[in-house]
Amino acid sequence: MQGLDLYYMLELVPVILGYVPITIGIAAASMVLALALAVLLAVERVVKVPVLDWFVVFFISFFRGTPLLVQLFLFYYGLPQVLSFLTQINGVTAAILGLTLHFSAYMAESIRAAITGVDRSQWEAAHSVGMTQAQMMRRIILPQAARVASPTLVNYFIDMIKGTSLAFTLGVTEMMGAAQKEAASSFLYFEAFLVVAVIYWIMVEILSQGQKRLETSLNKAYAR
Amino acid sequence: MISIRGLTKRFDATTVLNAIDLDIADGERVVIIGPSGTGKSTLLRCLNFLDRPQSGQIRIGDLHVNAEKATKADILSLQRSTAFVFQNYALFANKTAKENIMEALVTVQKIPEAEAEQRALSVLAETGLSDKADSYPTSLSGGQQQRVGIGRAMALQSDLMLFDEPTSALDPEWVSEVLDLMRRVAERKQTMLIVTHEMQFAKEIADRVVFMDEGRIVESAPPDELFGAPKDERLKSFLRRINK
Ligand SMILES: Nc1ncnc2c1ncn2[C@@H]1O[C@H](COP(=O)(O)OP(=O)(O)OP(=O)(O)O)[C@@H](O)[C@H]1O
Ligand SMILES: [Mg+2]
Repeated sequence: MQGLDLYYMLELVPVILGYVPITIGIAAASMVLALALAVLLAVERVVKVPVLDWFVVFFISFFRGTPLLVQLFLFYYGLPQVLSFLTQINGVTAAILGLTLHFSAYMAESIRAAITGVDRSQWEAAHSVGMTQAQMMRRIILPQAARVASPTLVNYFIDMIKGTSLAFTLGVTEMMGAAQKEAASSFLYFEAFLVVAVIYWIMVEILSQGQKRLETSLNKAYAR
Repeated sequence: MISIRGLTKRFDATTVLNAIDLDIADGERVVIIGPSGTGKSTLLRCLNFLDRPQSGQIRIGDLHVNAEKATKADILSLQRSTAFVFQNYALFANKTAKENIMEALVTVQKIPEAEAEQRALSVLAETGLSDKADSYPTSLSGGQQQRVGIGRAMALQSDLMLFDEPTSALDPEWVSEVLDLMRRVAERKQTMLIVTHEMQFAKEIADRVVFMDEGRIVESAPPDELFGAPKDERLKSFLRRINK
């Protein structure tokens, strides 16, 4: 076995780092969209709108029940065949669409659990002062549920960042795509993928630290 | 004027309220007493549809709701013309004392924020909690939380204030401050319907006492009469039990 080409690895670091914004961008956009969708799905699951509920259950079940990679292929390669107006869907768009739908299904479940966990007395108090269902959700229930769900949602964001690496299979040059290209020309596969692994790892560690701080400050909330 | 006719509530097969009739005049203070499990809380909760009654009529001022046909709008109107004080306080956990009182003024009554805040602060002053305006419920004692709960209900200036055993979750040391506040509410000629086990307080504050047993109103009279000369056997034995 030959030694690691450390010099090559050092050279590679700034190259891969240059793709961090693309990775973060895809993850952040997907996170914002997924969160918005997940809140809607979760509230629907709690309120249970007739008929619509059936679709939501189906949606959540499908996107939790199938692999992310399969979903991405379905959107990128499959959809344009059935929906001809899409002709060619851009890889980044397909990645964001796939990550959004996939993770919204998971996040909806944890937000739903957090909503259900809010004490019944909070709902009754809101009704007793004459709030509408929507006012109650927005002003009383969701803020309390958000506090409970936040640490879990950060976990999903971490999973999402790692999930962006699958976008390279749709031809997107993000961190993983860049590492793949570099490796293909240098044949130093181990070095290239080790560099990209370490960079993912550091990004996730930074988020985990943020998550710990978030939890501490959330535990202090409402205690004044 | 509040009038309740034939109010009936069943949980599955058990009838918890059996065709309740009750009239309450404006400014009147009615206290409900009775053994545990006879439907006192359920009656209060049916009046604002926290529990949905199966049948009966509820009139509060100009508002008339037929329980069988109550629409979402009816329920909302009922909830907006009544205020509820809960046994377990049920303050909004994510809001400070002041915000708890302001919340419905702003979101429901659409009072401008600054004015609502002024009103909340003056209610807090009345409840003796001005220094706790920015405290969250978890950092308040039970007595303080209940005073905020009463303040939240007072601020609504509703036609009917409902109290469901407001002192029975409290440590004994906090009971009197809550009863004192209720006396002050009564002085404002607020129409009140109160469920309580504090008989002394009932005698003192009530214009009329209603004795409930097994989902029915058994006897209804001014306190002197109801406590001094009870007629029904069930009431007599209830009074004997609690006076022991
Ligand atoms: N959500 C519910 N589901 C089923 N039964 C219920 C429900 N709420 C109340 N009950 C039943 O209705 C009856 C009346 O209950 P309620 O709480 O109104 O009594 P109460 O007079 O307030 O008693 P207490 O003095 O103990 O508070 C009880 O038998 C109770 O078990
Ligand atoms: Mg009760």
